[in-house]
Amino acid sequence: MYIVIVGDGKVGTSLTKHLSAEGYDVAVIDKDPEVIEEAVNTYDVIGVCGNGANYQVQLEAGVDKADIFIAVTSSDEINIFCCLTAKKLGARHTVARVRNPDYRNQLIFMREELGLSMVVNPERDTAVEIARMISSPATITRDVFSRGRMELAELKIGETNPLRERTLASLKQHNLKVLVCAVQRDDDVYIPSGNFTLKASDKIYVTGSPKNLNNFIEFCGLGSTRIKDVMIIGGGKITYYLAQRLEELGVQMKIIEQDRQRCLELSRNLKRAEIIHGDGANQDLLLEEGLERAGALISLTDMDEENIVISMYARSLGVEKIITKVNSDAFSRILESLEIGSIVSPKETVVNRILPYVRAMHNAAESSNVETLYKIVGGQVEALEFKVKENARYTGVPLKNLAIKPNILIAGIVRDDAVIIPSGDDFIQKMDSVIIVTTNTAIGDLGDILD
Amino acid sequence: MNYTMVFFILRKFIGMTAILMLLPLLVSVIYGEANFWAFLVPSLTLLLLSFATRKMKPKNTTIYAKEGYLIVALAWLIVSLIGALPYYLSNVGLSYLHSLFEAVSGFTTTGSSVLANVETMPYSLLFWRSFTNWIGGMGVLVFLLAILPQTNSRSVHVMRAEMTGHQVGKLVSKVKNTVIILYGIYILMTLVLIGLLLLGRMPLFDSIVTAFATAGTGGFAIKNLSIAFYRSPYIETIIGIFMILFGINFNLYFLAFTAHIKNALKSEELWWYLGIILVSTVAIACNIYSTYQNAVQSLRYGFFQVSSIITTTGFTTADYNLWPNFSKTILVLLMFVGGMAGSTAGGLKVSRLVILVKSMLREVRTLISPRSVKVIKLDGQGLNDRVVSDVNIYFFTLMVLLAFSVLLLSLDNLDLVTAFTAAVTSINNVGPGLNGVGPFKSLDGLSNLSLLVLIFDMLVGRLEIFPIIMLFSPSIWKKK
Repeated sequence: MYIVIVGDGKVGTSLTKHLSAEGYDVAVIDKDPEVIEEAVNTYDVIGVCGNGANYQVQLEAGVDKADIFIAVTSSDEINIFCCLTAKKLGARHTVARVRNPDYRNQLIFMREELGLSMVVNPERDTAVEIARMISSPATITRDVFSRGRMELAELKIGETNPLRERTLASLKQHNLKVLVCAVQRDDDVYIPSGNFTLKASDKIYVTGSPKNLNNFIEFCGLGSTRIKDVMIIGGGKITYYLAQRLEELGVQMKIIEQDRQRCLELSRNLKRAEIIHGDGANQDLLLEEGLERAGALISLTDMDEENIVISMYARSLGVEKIITKVNSDAFSRILESLEIGSIVSPKETVVNRILPYVRAMHNAAESSNVETLYKIVGGQVEALEFKVKENARYTGVPLKNLAIKPNILIAGIVRDDAVIIPSGDDFIQKMDSVIIVTTNTAIGDLGDILD
Repeated sequence: MNYTMVFFILRKFIGMTAILMLLPLLVSVIYGEANFWAFLVPSLTLLLLSFATRKMKPKNTTIYAKEGYLIVALAWLIVSLIGALPYYLSNVGLSYLHSLFEAVSGFTTTGSSVLANVETMPYSLLFWRSFTNWIGGMGVLVFLLAILPQTNSRSVHVMRAEMTGHQVGKLVSKVKNTVIILYGIYILMTLVLIGLLLLGRMPLFDSIVTAFATAGTGGFAIKNLSIAFYRSPYIETIIGIFMILFGINFNLYFLAFTAHIKNALKSEELWWYLGIILVSTVAIACNIYSTYQNAVQSLRYGFFQVSSIITTTGFTTADYNLWPNFSKTILVLLMFVGGMAGSTAGGLKVSRLVILVKSMLREVRTLISPRSVKVIKLDGQGLNDRVVSDVNIYFFTLMVLLAFSVLLLSLDNLDLVTAFTAAVTSINNVGPGLNGVGPFKSLDGLSNLSLLVLIFDMLVGRLEIFPIIMLFSPSIWKKK
């Protein structure tokens, strides 16, 4: 597999890192020679310096032979143009990052008429993710599989949680129909078995149908009180996409943005959100606008540091639900210890979208493909969804008779509309969607889980 | 200022007015009336004048916004001065000032009259009166733009200065095609109305002139009792509904015809307009129930009067001067509201009212939360703050002019209600007011000063203030 990436910014670097680590041949194009040198020195890739939309530069990078061409420069238009050029030169699949809300209604047009294989909009995806957290405040994150038929929720076991000091096997009696598929304790990650004992301050990842997950959350005493009003700091693209979703959910919003022009634009495009012109890092202003009484605080400014500080301040005021946008990996260690609630990262969202696509392309000839992929527990664990397209050696065999590699858990099977939390007697059928959780990255096909 | 071009367009405009006068001439020939000459003489003179100066062609045909305003203001003065001639020359006992009042009232679609007894007037003059309502409703210069063989790419300035509302847009890329579409819709709707009135057994002549006065939302009636004369609930309902239809933005009809009715129904202004009509009708019907002791009658009179006043037509079916004060007050308030922008109606226009209300609410909100940023929206589209402040200034200027008019009228020793409603109906192009200027009343008793004030008010109201005010600005008359 030969992959060309145009634009070596945050997302480009992250993609380069993950794709080269998975063993693909990667070429990076960027107009900044220093960035290229950094990429070549750090990862096992080749670099081409120049304008990624230029046809000579693309030829030099071997776009004509590329299996996948990914354009993630900062400009939507350049990304689209890069992809059009690459397509004409002979690249098999093209992926563009397009973030401008103006283009959100023409995604189908771009795919079908312009021939782009995939359009990713990390800002929108992040907004969707945040909206999901707001509608289910007890969970730290919540990811969906199979178009929402199955979900993966991240929860923290508190001091009063009835689950603490219990073994997973002992939970069966409550008939909860959910599966604890990963546990994070301090810096270690466990794929737990039945005799695993949960402790307070563990973070657990649970799969199940949305309804059963909600029952489970209630069982844990984290009953989902609805959040009615939120305060959003920063008025960028994520805020715009998020505000639209929250308006649909009937959540009241206060958006604080520093740039007056941007305030006017938001007010123009949003129906009910209240727009405040001011500095979101100013504590007096946050108090005056009623941060203490807000049901949730979402910090989405362009600066990671500012977001973290604002979220810490909100925590000190006792705001219940706090969501922070952090793009840089550098902070991930500290963030754990700060306990400021949920972290979102548009960069990670893109990687989560593009990686399964690349793996699926790589395994196009095989019997099952990655449909969805989430990197959880700070990227140490992957949750993958596969669609079983035809019979294989693992279909029709009870799971207890399959020789599954260690550290792999079959977390759920979606058959038609039903979610099966698998036990040893269940088996995989053709047309099932299978969700697995694993610490073993680079699984591209369901067949890989067998020894 | 490109005076030669201004003059060039005005010369064409005078020629057009002269040709339009041939229509009432035809009517007077059909009815064999003696005031034949009152139309023929001015018409021929102006045609000759226009013909004699045909060689004067401007070298530079470019006009800008200020030429547009000047052309519109002067054209309206000219058309009024010329339009007064048939009344004056017909020998029906009107002074030239009274004739001018009648002409201005016609073109501005006000519908106030200084004729003591309308029913004694020659048919040709009645036709001319209602015809001025019709042509003035959509705009005399807009009509010229529609019939001129070539129009300048800049003629949008003329159209913008004459059409009503805070924003005038083109429907299609060419001004000429836009105004042809507008007049096409206008003519079609007028023809439908004539047909429906004929079905109601209204005589042909009455149907035509009543339809003209309805379409222009002018309200010149040819009977002393206005529409009440016909004693027909059918005719009242038809006219009531059509007045409302002519008070709707014509762009919406275009949208409904070319795209889909759904696009037209998205208009926020439309819903405000219909909502105000509904609420006012119900409120008045309840209030006048005590007068009529009959729910159907109350609704019938209430609806007709609301429709007539909000669209600034000014037809009447009942002497609302005798109604309870609550109803009278509602009617006076409706005079300020007016129809929708881009319609033939006068008044403030619903869109301006909506913007004023929204900017007031925003002001309150900004006082409570000073950092809050809010863009005022109409139809879901954010409005530029410039537009909002223009509307505020427009409203303020209107109030100032109104105050001065009332002051001047009070010199005539009119009572306050008469003076106030006279100024209000003139500046909003409605027609009847209350008390001394109430329905079924003629204004022939007013002094010359009062008539001049009202003439000024009518022109100011029709052209939405600024073209007329501009005439008083010295900078517009400077050579360079």
